[in-house]
Amino acid sequence: MKITIDRAALLKPLAHVQSVVERRNTIPILANVLLRAADGQLSLTATDMDMDVVEAVACAVDQPGETTVPAHTLYEIVRKLPDGAEVGLTVSSDANRMAIRAGRSNFSLPTLPVEEFPALSGDTLATNFVLSAADAKTLIDRTRFAISTEETRYYLNGIYLHETKAGDMSVLRAVATDGHRLARVQMPLPEGAAGMPAVIVPRKAVQEIRKLIDETDGDVQVGLSENKLRFAFGGTVLTTKLIDGTFPDYERVIPAANDKTLRVTCGDFKKAVDRVATISTEKSRSVKLALDNGTLTLSANSPENGQATEEVDVDYTASAIEIGFNSRYLIDIADQIDDGNKAVFLMADAASPTIVTDEGDDGALYVLMPMRV
Amino acid sequence: MTAWPDRGDTLCRECFTWRDTSTGESDNRCPCCGSHRLVRHPELSHLSIAHLDCDAFYASVEKRDDPALLDKPVIIGGGHRGVVSAACYVARVYGVHSAMPMFKALAACPHAVVIKPNMKKYAAVGAEIREMMRAVTPLVEPLSIDEAFMDLRGTERLHHAPPAETLARLAKRVEDTLGVTVSIGLSYNKFLAKVSSDLDKPRGYHVIGETEAVTFLAQQPVSILWGVGKALRRKLVADGLRTVGDLQGVEERELIRRYGVIGQRLARFSHGRDSRNVETGSAVKSVSNETTFDTDITAIDALRPYLWRLSEEVSGRLKRKGIAGATVTLKLKTKEFRLLSRQQHLGAPTQLADRIYRTADALLAGEVTGRAFRLIGVGVSDLGDASHADPQDLAEPDFEQRRKIETAIDMVRAKLGEAAITKGRGLRAGRMKQSPSDKPRVEDEN
Repeated sequence: MKITIDRAALLKPLAHVQSVVERRNTIPILANVLLRAADGQLSLTATDMDMDVVEAVACAVDQPGETTVPAHTLYEIVRKLPDGAEVGLTVSSDANRMAIRAGRSNFSLPTLPVEEFPALSGDTLATNFVLSAADAKTLIDRTRFAISTEETRYYLNGIYLHETKAGDMSVLRAVATDGHRLARVQMPLPEGAAGMPAVIVPRKAVQEIRKLIDETDGDVQVGLSENKLRFAFGGTVLTTKLIDGTFPDYERVIPAANDKTLRVTCGDFKKAVDRVATISTEKSRSVKLALDNGTLTLSANSPENGQATEEVDVDYTASAIEIGFNSRYLIDIADQIDDGNKAVFLMADAASPTIVTDEGDDGALYVLMPMRV
Repeated sequence: MTAWPDRGDTLCRECFTWRDTSTGESDNRCPCCGSHRLVRHPELSHLSIAHLDCDAFYASVEKRDDPALLDKPVIIGGGHRGVVSAACYVARVYGVHSAMPMFKALAACPHAVVIKPNMKKYAAVGAEIREMMRAVTPLVEPLSIDEAFMDLRGTERLHHAPPAETLARLAKRVEDTLGVTVSIGLSYNKFLAKVSSDLDKPRGYHVIGETEAVTFLAQQPVSILWGVGKALRRKLVADGLRTVGDLQGVEERELIRRYGVIGQRLARFSHGRDSRNVETGSAVKSVSNETTFDTDITAIDALRPYLWRLSEEVSGRLKRKGIAGATVTLKLKTKEFRLLSRQQHLGAPTQLADRIYRTADALLAGEVTGRAFRLIGVGVSDLGDASHADPQDLAEPDFEQRRKIETAIDMVRAKLGEAAITKGRGLRAGRMKQSPSDKPRVEDEN
């Protein structure tokens, strides 16, 4: 293999694929990136065995071929090369080394055989549909903060993506929960998604997908099977295995009879919670919401840190209630609602789940467990 | 530190008479009652931090309840696969000591009387002793069922006696009313009090004062310092620091540079300085239980019944104490004695057997890889009061129902006894022992 490529053109796909590679690897080949040069293109592949990212970029191919080299080392080298540099990649005749040349810099990296590189992508997936990048971002952003990190409940360590009915309409729904809060977002079912399997997309894949689609405005091709999910756009393809588990029957924990309604301008609410929470103890992060006749009084109390209260004007006409929440969880949810929009809280009592919705967006719904304060 | 007048340097532990022998008089008997059991130290009437340690506690309780055992070597421990929980002083003559594997103990002392531990009984006696300690001072810090630190500063007026005498009276009271003996270490801080109680056992009373602490410590091996285990000792010895005296010769700054945070402790303890208070609140850091199997177990379905029983036991103790914990730890020991410990932090503290079991079971699933285990244990730590425990769980729609079932079972048991009602998955632990060929059944999910 022998190619020449502009430093910037190489750096971008390299940055994408190297972030998939785990920093500490017991299997040497997993620390490497697979480079394939043919037909005026260089394709780069990295994997952690659970997912892989393949990205292709145009380059001058003098001699087609393939090899694998340490991903982080190659990335660091290319990153540090001067802007505008022409980078030459050449695999030695015995295939044991790859030389990197740019200006007066020379590097030689050890290679590992291509045959050892695990293949994940390739096969065709049964369900295929198209999402706009904006919709894909919405599905992820509105739910990912609620993904659990509790490893013993591994089936919560991702976003549950499935097809369901909302009234008469078929919708694509994303749900995540860690037991304390639950986030549910839905949108009309894209064409081609009908009959899709219900899947749990692991957290790491969610994060990588989110990073990648940040750089695109176009459409995203989604492929899906019982145990794999593929996101493709531009020259990038991410394929991930799915979490093999059963997501809980979340509909049963969404209360239907909460009758105390609070409407508050989200930005004002969020800033007030943030201020009052300065006093909350590091351990509980709790704030108390006292609601009575058009006024919300936020308060926090801690024997060590002192005491704080703040009043906020709200729409509230139900009977007075005092209810406590983890301030971080409140802010996580408020972050999903535009500052100018009204956040709507539906409460029952100080011990039962509370529903939060965005008045300007009927696709998203959040459930939050109160804390005893 | 105390304004209390000096009573002398010698106290009789039988009749509590004080004497001053510093002027040269040095009779080894009490002139009042003729007892040999004297405690003598120039600072005796001024020291007030004590460590009280029961002597071969479990064995002593058993001997008390069965006088026929008095002159026999008694070992408290489970089956031949277990370890020695306690050995009486007769058994210790044969080289038996606690934490020794049972088969080794029995090889050393084949005619020993082995008694299965009756923890409920020991706990009851331990609680009585603790009550007696608390009657003397509110500042009691239990370290385990049978030992505790006591801070007796400011108790002179209340008891009309210096702490040394109050402690001697306490030791005698425990012995007279409960029939078990204790050893007392008296000093001016916790570290030295604990060292001290170990130096005169059983039925002992040892004092370390400020005047001799540094010279006494200088001759001791570094392992006497609290916090110096096998690994650190090896490191210190490799660095040429074999005795506490060697440590005394190194600057605190240098020790911190070399050994980190522990370096500071090494420096301070080696000079007999320990500023830790006797803390009453920090008694329980974790609640756990474990069991060693009669024969090694490989299959997860055979391990689960034990795990369930242990989870129930731990949960029971949490509930009785009104506490809950947010971290569940699974402990396993392989056939080759390798100890594995796996932890899961929970979003909210729990005291429910169901949640402890499910969490530990998920951890267990990751460790059962065909290897054989000889021990399983489960623990709950990160403890706090139970008022925030076990809120509704949005990820488990059935959780509320399971919590209610467990509460109902607890109520039945409180009325009718432990055995009145139980879950199927626990029964198999007992049955498996008798019929190890029994095929594992599908787990009951509720």
